[in-house]
Amino acid sequence: MSTTDTDPPLLRLGRAMRDNPLIPLVLFLFALVVLLEVLRPGIVMPIRSGRDGLISTFWVGNLIKFAIPLAMLAACQVLTMLTAGIDLSAGIVATVAAFVCATLSSIWGVAPAVLIALATGLVVGVVNGVGVGIVRVHPLIMTLGTGLIATGCLQVYQRLVINAGAEVPTFLSWLGTGRTLGMPNGLYLFVPFSVFVIWLMRYTGFGRLLFALGSNENAAKLSGVRSWQVYIALYALSGLIAALAGLLYLGIIRQPSLSLANPLLLPSVAAAVIGGTSIFGGRGSYAGAIVGALILRVLDTMLTLLQMPEGARTALFGLIILAVTALYVRITGAR
Amino acid sequence: MNDIAALDASGISKSFGAVRALTDAHLRVAAGEVVALMGANGAGKSTFVKIITGALRPDTGKVMIRGQEAHVGSPAQARRSGLVPVYQEPSLIPDLDVGDNLRLGDTPVAAFQSWTEKLGVPDVRLSDMISDLPLATLRILDLARSLAAEPDVLLLDEMTAALPTDLVERVLKVVRERANAGMGVIYVSHRFTEISELCDRASVLRDGQTVGDLPIEPGVEEKAVELMLGQSLNLSRQRSSEDRKVLGGTPRLSAKDLAAGPKLTDVSFDLYSGEVLGVVALEGQGQDELFDVLSGFQRPTAGQIEVDGSPVNFGHPADAISAGLTIVPGDRSEALLAERSVRENIALPFAAQVRNWGPLRLRKERSRVDYAIDRLQIDTRAKGEVQRLSGGNQQKVTIGRWLAAGVQTLLLFDPTRGIDVRTKRQIYPLARELAENGAAVLFYTSELEEVALACDRAIVIFNGRVVAEIDAADADEQTLMRAAYGLMNAEGTA
Amino acid sequence: MTASLGKHAWVLGLLVLFLVLIGLTKLVQPSFSLAGIESLTRAALPFAFATAGMAVVVIVGGIDLSVASMMAVCAVTAAVLMERMAGVPAILIVLAVGLGMGLINGVLIVLTKVPDIVATLAMLFVWEGTALLILNTPGGATADWVEAGIRGSFLIGWFPKALVVLVVGIALVWVPLRRSKLGLSIYATGSDETAAFRSGVPVGRTKIIAYGICGLYCAMGGLSLAALTGIGEPVPGPYLLASVAAVVLGGVVLGGGKGGLLGPIIAVFILRIIRSILTFLSVDPNVTTIIEGVIMVAVVMLGAALTHRGTRK
Repeated sequence: MSTTDTDPPLLRLGRAMRDNPLIPLVLFLFALVVLLEVLRPGIVMPIRSGRDGLISTFWVGNLIKFAIPLAMLAACQVLTMLTAGIDLSAGIVATVAAFVCATLSSIWGVAPAVLIALATGLVVGVVNGVGVGIVRVHPLIMTLGTGLIATGCLQVYQRLVINAGAEVPTFLSWLGTGRTLGMPNGLYLFVPFSVFVIWLMRYTGFGRLLFALGSNENAAKLSGVRSWQVYIALYALSGLIAALAGLLYLGIIRQPSLSLANPLLLPSVAAAVIGGTSIFGGRGSYAGAIVGALILRVLDTMLTLLQMPEGARTALFGLIILAVTALYVRITGAR
Repeated sequence: MNDIAALDASGISKSFGAVRALTDAHLRVAAGEVVALMGANGAGKSTFVKIITGALRPDTGKVMIRGQEAHVGSPAQARRSGLVPVYQEPSLIPDLDVGDNLRLGDTPVAAFQSWTEKLGVPDVRLSDMISDLPLATLRILDLARSLAAEPDVLLLDEMTAALPTDLVERVLKVVRERANAGMGVIYVSHRFTEISELCDRASVLRDGQTVGDLPIEPGVEEKAVELMLGQSLNLSRQRSSEDRKVLGGTPRLSAKDLAAGPKLTDVSFDLYSGEVLGVVALEGQGQDELFDVLSGFQRPTAGQIEVDGSPVNFGHPADAISAGLTIVPGDRSEALLAERSVRENIALPFAAQVRNWGPLRLRKERSRVDYAIDRLQIDTRAKGEVQRLSGGNQQKVTIGRWLAAGVQTLLLFDPTRGIDVRTKRQIYPLARELAENGAAVLFYTSELEEVALACDRAIVIFNGRVVAEIDAADADEQTLMRAAYGLMNAEGTA
Repeated sequence: MTASLGKHAWVLGLLVLFLVLIGLTKLVQPSFSLAGIESLTRAALPFAFATAGMAVVVIVGGIDLSVASMMAVCAVTAAVLMERMAGVPAILIVLAVGLGMGLINGVLIVLTKVPDIVATLAMLFVWEGTALLILNTPGGATADWVEAGIRGSFLIGWFPKALVVLVVGIALVWVPLRRSKLGLSIYATGSDETAAFRSGVPVGRTKIIAYGICGLYCAMGGLSLAALTGIGEPVPGPYLLASVAAVVLGGVVLGGGKGGLLGPIIAVFILRIIRSILTFLSVDPNVTTIIEGVIMVAVVMLGAALTHRGTRK
């Protein structure tokens, strides 16, 4: 039914926002940056506090540096959310990959360590995919469960390698902490990565199927799509991406721990949701999630400046997810 | 006292978005009267029932019960105001026992038990779990529960559909008794034998309008059928039987004694390349299951499907598709990615197989999608999101999906339901053209005039069985309607 | 008679399994005795309450991912309050807090129409943050008598007090409710929402109340958590997946309408005693965590497979 003309303004505004989420998001990001500058003059524009430079490349570089691993984990959420799923094991997988890589590098050398780290992500992802695609466990429960098991495995593994010591491969610290022209080297990894994700979503048959499954699994089925194949490939990919994000994060933090990337999990979901990806599937944009990750980093800086305690930040992220989702339900009448 | 109707619904209209389901429906039931509510598929019957029972609010008009306007916002409120419905599906809670179900609705147990006894299921215990009881018993329990609430108006919606004959007799007898004691009854049904046994009057609905009231007398069946069809448009027959090809050899698709679920019991037919075979049936006669089985959504419980003479076994629609059987389902929302573009919707089957997961071959895709859009004349002004297209264009998209991929056997399940006349007129010749180019088309329709317009011949399914096969030349609506109501024996076959 | 036997067969089976596992424990650790059961029950207390709460919302057809976070809020609230005021009013306040959180969850789900699983995921973080706001690091202290209240035995020499607390806590809420019209409504809503609506059940209100009850049980879980440790721990414990697994193992079908609280509680004890057995076999505790995780995931997968088969028919 083409009733576009008679739709209430809220619905039309909602549609416009959904069609071009990037523009309001970028505006919102700038508004936050301006607000931050007002709160703490000089942090973004050093010239105002009498130092050199119109825009602080250091500040911008730092913002981007810490937004990159978050944006990479957000890719796991965007891709799985396209099919109305979620990957709650992504944070732990990143941690495991980082830990495995750091400890194995000193024993077997860098290349095998990196490969094994990525393989662990792949394994967890395949298990998730089997659970979601074949056994049909809700993705949330499934990924939560594999995350728990992975945590246990990590602890056992840690006891095994306790004397091996940890070593952060130099190229990872170069990626994580180095800068080129003031911008973090992480972009060397992230720019091709994000281009790949966007290409995958838009210009491949696999990407089409992700949207199709989330939009209407029945329609996909009657078009001949065997959904379990897609789910296994999807969650395997998500595990791989999470592992990659963990390796980069290791390069940034340079100190492996048993809960390294875990705190990034919730923000990664929030970044995807803020970026216009529907948790109900069928709609999403990775570019939006990248801006969402930047927004969250700025917000985080701001909340730190305001000395907002960690608890309030966690609660706020939860509320943001709920509010955006509720608004989405209201606007579209979805479910 | 007598001039106050038990139920008086007048001037009811209701639209869903741009679709007008009811334009002017009315129904008056006096105390002690049993009125049949009739109408062909899509006449607005179910919407009307929902409005009367309070599940939907009408746009205009009001429902009065015993002279009081019933402000029904929920089934609970309708119940309190004196109207009790018995629905097609039992509204008992499967995981509770009978006693708990009664307590849930504050039904007096003694009255309930006396009714179950009268209705012929005396051995039901209060401790029986609902999910352990057979469907027929549940219908009776539902009715007993409703009668125990001593309603002013009782609405029975196709409630005899799953009942064995002896129980039907009991139900009709008890309901008649209650009516004679002053209860008003609305009886929604397809079954003439029951209607003529039970009812005083039949109210007929067509295209969202109440078009007539018929006293129940001998010969009422014919009049009712006529009213339900309306002054039919008498569209000039687009086809004559002369241009029929002589078909022979191995059938493209052959169903042998197919059965599935409780509704589809035994259906056989042959479908040849180059023909459009119509399927005619009232709602719920097993046609849904038939199409589910043919398209690979459901496995048959008995029987065999053969494609080009060799038996096939579908575990997934993908299997059916690789055997060339593709479906356009009745509910467009089942087939469409509502939020995605026309192009993505049409191109969906291209990406289905793992070997096509890689980069899209955009040029090839575009040419094939454009071919489908052209062929079907899809209005693509709102191509960004399929849900913004009109119903007719949406339906074209679901058909176009298979045109772009190349059609062998097309299963059309009521493809013209709820779409505009212009699009309908495009769909009939399309089905014919496809057949002429060598495809085989199975065409279920709830609109009888379409059989003559689009099909070569038609099978009629009643109660899960093929009851008639009619040549398109003889398939006027009267004949089809009579056959669909089980009023014609198989000797009417051409 | 046979029907009711069939209904209880699952619970009976679980009970038998539990007894077999106790026998097995005795076998691998001959010194295992009634004292062992006492400590087993004590340790199982928070897990059992979380499971009871989860069971109620699963029966109504939902799921509550925020149980562990709500328990954390209640535990820190208890620990903070008991430092400053008498134990009894503190306990009442904590129960009210739990009930309130549960009701908020329910109202948000019904009003926003966001699916249960998504809404409670968001609330998981909201309550987790709230717990951190109340107490940033583990601290506070519980009254001594509260701790003593779940330790040792009751009246007769061997009956664990913790079991009394568990039974009384759960029964006080559930027994009067189970057979009431509200209880029926909870089962009806979970079993078939449309049929329930047609039978006149106020579906939305029933859901909200079920979530409220879940919050109340979480408050009891939080209290027992505080009593076990003697302090308030703001970080949620590993109770979410465990409670879902126990609920599924206990015969409550994901999707609603079936089962009771007894089965899930026995399932809790089964899962706990498996841990004890592994400990007695001197398996690395971390390996035990992995085995437990695998068992839980397997149980949930089995449950999902069964539910899926049931709906597909």
